[in-house]
Amino acid sequence: MPNLEEFRQQTRAWLEESCPASMRNPINSDKDQCWGGRNWVFESDEQRLWLECMAERGWTAPQWPKEYGGGGLSREEAKILKQEMARITARRPLESFGIDMLGPALLKFASEEQKQRYIPEIIRGEIRWCQGYSEPNAGSDLASLQMRAEDKGDHYLVNGSKVWTSYADKSDWIFCLVRTDFDAPKHKGISFLLFDMTSPGVSTNPIKLISGKSPFCETVCENVKVPKENLVGELNKGWDIAKYLLTHEREMIGGFGLSRAGTKTLGQMAVSAIGVADGRLAERGIRTDIADFEIDEMAFALTIERVVDEAKAGQGTGAASSLLKLYGTELNKDRNELLMSIGGSEALAWESEGGETQAQHWLRSKGNSIEGGTSEIQLNIIAKRILGMPG
Amino acid sequence: MALVLNEEQQMLRDSAKSFIQESSPVGALRKLRDSGEEWSPELWSGMAEMGWTGIAIPEDFGGLEFGYVGAGIVLEECGRTLAASPLLSSSFVCASLLEAVGNEAQKESLLAAIAGGETVFTLALCEGDRFDPTRIATTAAADGDTYVLNGSKKHVLDGDLANTFIVVARLTGDADSEDGLGLFLVDRDTEGLSVSTTLNADNRRVGNLDFESVRVAANAVIGKPGANGAALARALDIGAALSAAELLGVAQESFERTLDYLKDRKQFGVPVASFQALQHRAAQLFCELELCKSCVLKALQAIDQDSPDRSTLVSMAKAKVAKTSKLAVNEAVQMHAGIGMTDEFDIGFFMKRSAAACQEYGDYYFHSDRFAELGGY
Repeated sequence: MPNLEEFRQQTRAWLEESCPASMRNPINSDKDQCWGGRNWVFESDEQRLWLECMAERGWTAPQWPKEYGGGGLSREEAKILKQEMARITARRPLESFGIDMLGPALLKFASEEQKQRYIPEIIRGEIRWCQGYSEPNAGSDLASLQMRAEDKGDHYLVNGSKVWTSYADKSDWIFCLVRTDFDAPKHKGISFLLFDMTSPGVSTNPIKLISGKSPFCETVCENVKVPKENLVGELNKGWDIAKYLLTHEREMIGGFGLSRAGTKTLGQMAVSAIGVADGRLAERGIRTDIADFEIDEMAFALTIERVVDEAKAGQGTGAASSLLKLYGTELNKDRNELLMSIGGSEALAWESEGGETQAQHWLRSKGNSIEGGTSEIQLNIIAKRILGMPG
Repeated sequence: MALVLNEEQQMLRDSAKSFIQESSPVGALRKLRDSGEEWSPELWSGMAEMGWTGIAIPEDFGGLEFGYVGAGIVLEECGRTLAASPLLSSSFVCASLLEAVGNEAQKESLLAAIAGGETVFTLALCEGDRFDPTRIATTAAADGDTYVLNGSKKHVLDGDLANTFIVVARLTGDADSEDGLGLFLVDRDTEGLSVSTTLNADNRRVGNLDFESVRVAANAVIGKPGANGAALARALDIGAALSAAELLGVAQESFERTLDYLKDRKQFGVPVASFQALQHRAAQLFCELELCKSCVLKALQAIDQDSPDRSTLVSMAKAKVAKTSKLAVNEAVQMHAGIGMTDEFDIGFFMKRSAAACQEYGDYYFHSDRFAELGGY
């Protein structure tokens, strides 16, 4: 495939020239990850420059259509771009729920006018989005959500609360599931609505977790007026969009279980921390548990590889996202439990000079199997949709 | 290499499935057992006709040269119906040893006979009750250009029907040393060799061999005595990876039968498959089995490609599948409940075969220990 090789060479040359040196350093603090939006304060000119030059090519969203400002790349080209960015350890120019979650749904469900309006500003990182799904009384039973959007003629009047809205306090707009039919069965009265977080009546409160500070917020809407043109898709058909988005989210969270290339394995860390006796890790019980974990971790990574390869070969097994979400998050919890055991008393430290402590990571990991659909919900989905078990 | 079966391999799977389900369904095992037999020579001839006995053997020596992914596909299907045959011992493990270190004359005569299913070889390795490929006390003493063997072997797979044993014996070193081992061809009726057999829970017989001054001629020595470590290690990896493939078939089939049963069986007026307590356990098991499929394919590809990670990947696969298969058959009997405990119902056969196959070429503990060792801890 000569075209792809040419693309690789051009991309490599362009990245070499365009990616500022500091944007190739590892991420060390929150400010190193650029989220964009109206209120974003760039940590450096280089961070701004990197976002601008990538956005100009549409490479913050490489596979989105060119007509909305996307990169218009094929799957193969996007993969090459990713590889070439990894080659020079380039940072992602923009972290964005607009790109990872809302955008794909807009491309599939929104009107032409909406696409023209919202997608370019997502690509350029001008508007920061947050997601309003869960509610205090709608967790696993998401479809029972109660936030109301009443039709008032020229606008919807929104009332209710959302929880677990990540970065709501820092976001410019929200995409939100609201109830628009109060009599229909629960899945059939939900709509997908967009609105500005500076609208009168919107307030946010950060949520502190067992692990400490978190990006999560509670978002309350009191008589918020939302223009009717902000409805995405058909009225009362929002659940279809929600399901589509949740599948995306599950796949993202599932990837958490994998260790990053180049980092030490748990076994190696344990050898440094605990030492060796008779040629084996001195703590035999932990050794067995680490082996068990690493076998599962390797098997899981291979399963992701197989799912991707099967999809390419047209042998898709389908509904793999629940399996990946379930297994990946449970593995990440196991990893953190083992890290606590390997570290011993030192792992209990609550304060550190920079970044989060192991104890905080460990506590935060407990949420992995809750957010984006609990492990129990994933088991329900597998049992019903894949295994065909009734009820 | 993509982690999927290619078109040829998929075709092999389809033909293997239909052959084995036709000629050796689970009912065939029941018939053999009830008539006091352990294997079927007719099935073996059928396998040879299908080319399975030579599937991993090079074309030059009468095989199909289809590789170990192909061998795994065949054994997985055999696992699904619990079909007994010496394919793994003879056509895969022993053939790989002969191919790796046999001389030209041995390869030409013996590999061709194995490929055609005309003779059956098996490896006589372990001497204790646990799989331990270096704990070898059986000795081989040089005497001119011949060798004299003394010692004993236990749990020799297919020991009831093998015509020839490839005996691992010690030339030098302590009983636990990895070096100093030789490989010797010993025919079943050789003077000084006595063979008895034990019937196991899975209705297969293993051999117990006693060597009393068994003389081995120069042309029955395989490879260079004391320098076959790499070939033996590879053969045992082949054994472990393929045993994982068979076990995957056992576990998958027992899971699918259980799932069907849960949908069929009614209690409290509803199918028991509608109970969440069972749904979650079934879904969990499904996930574990999906991971097993990836492991087994990867391990077999690693053998075919001579990957430097071969042993790590093989140990990962055997450990993961052994653990999962144990879970699968335990869940199978529990979920079948009362009827699962009866001999009349087939599901118990899966539990018995699983327990035996888990141990062949190293059990979960052996392979998770080796995985850790290879990982540097």
